[in-house]
Amino acid sequence: MKIGVLISEGPYTHQAADSAYKFVTAALAAGHEVPRVFFYHDGVNVATRLSVPPQDERHIQQNWTALAKDHGVDLVVCIAAAQRRGMLDANEAERQGKDANNIAEGFRISGLGQLIEMGIQTDRLVTFGD
Amino acid sequence: MSDVKKFLYVNRRAPYGTIYALESLEVVLIGAAFEQDVALAFVDDGVFQLTKGQNTDGIGVKNFSPTFRALGDYDVSKLFVERESLEERGLSEDDLIEVMYEDEDDDWAEKPAIHVVSRAEISDVMADADVVLSF
Repeated sequence: MKIGVLISEGPYTHQAADSAYKFVTAALAAGHEVPRVFFYHDGVNVATRLSVPPQDERHIQQNWTALAKDHGVDLVVCIAAAQRRGMLDANEAERQGKDANNIAEGFRISGLGQLIEMGIQTDRLVTFGD
Repeated sequence: MSDVKKFLYVNRRAPYGTIYALESLEVVLIGAAFEQDVALAFVDDGVFQLTKGQNTDGIGVKNFSPTFRALGDYDVSKLFVERESLEERGLSEDDLIEVMYEDEDDDWAEKPAIHVVSRAEISDVMADADVVLSF
């Protein structure tokens, strides 16, 4: 089965990004396809490469980056939600005249159309949030 | 066309206080361009999103309620509002804004897009949907 995943709450504050990670890992292990994970609302904050959690805690962003690398999962961060919250890739930082960017490897910034497209192209869309 | 899916956007929260309602509307507006079957459900505090006379001057947040009227222009004609949620909050249909759309199957007659329905009907709409996005 093709499964799309939407994450709509922020990392560490909320379990959504952790539960989604466990879910996607299990789905892939069971032979399902997870072509894309879409990050919306505070979920976009998962994609910051500047997060430095204590060493004895899980690193949520690095978990996702590894998943993208190992399984080719397309990690898409909503551009409108990201820009409100100070999440910029190198291109957007330049375009907006900002002096830094913070999107981690494996994530890409794109539009809400990618969420709709995921809903159209997958058999199930599973939301992790409140 | 077989690749048209039934998208249902469930709006459960008050328009202000959190960003869910505003960012939900942004998804609906983008989604309207994809020529899918679109419906919105307003339940719980979500019914406040469609109330008349919203004024956000005191909280320094943009009043986005006029944007709902644009949904009709995007051929979104199914805004289902749960009657029980309205009643539980002391509201009625008269407290809601008007959202009109032009029915292309009826010589472009202007018709209301907001439909006040029962909790049981909302349940049927959810069961019938292919993709449910809940905000």
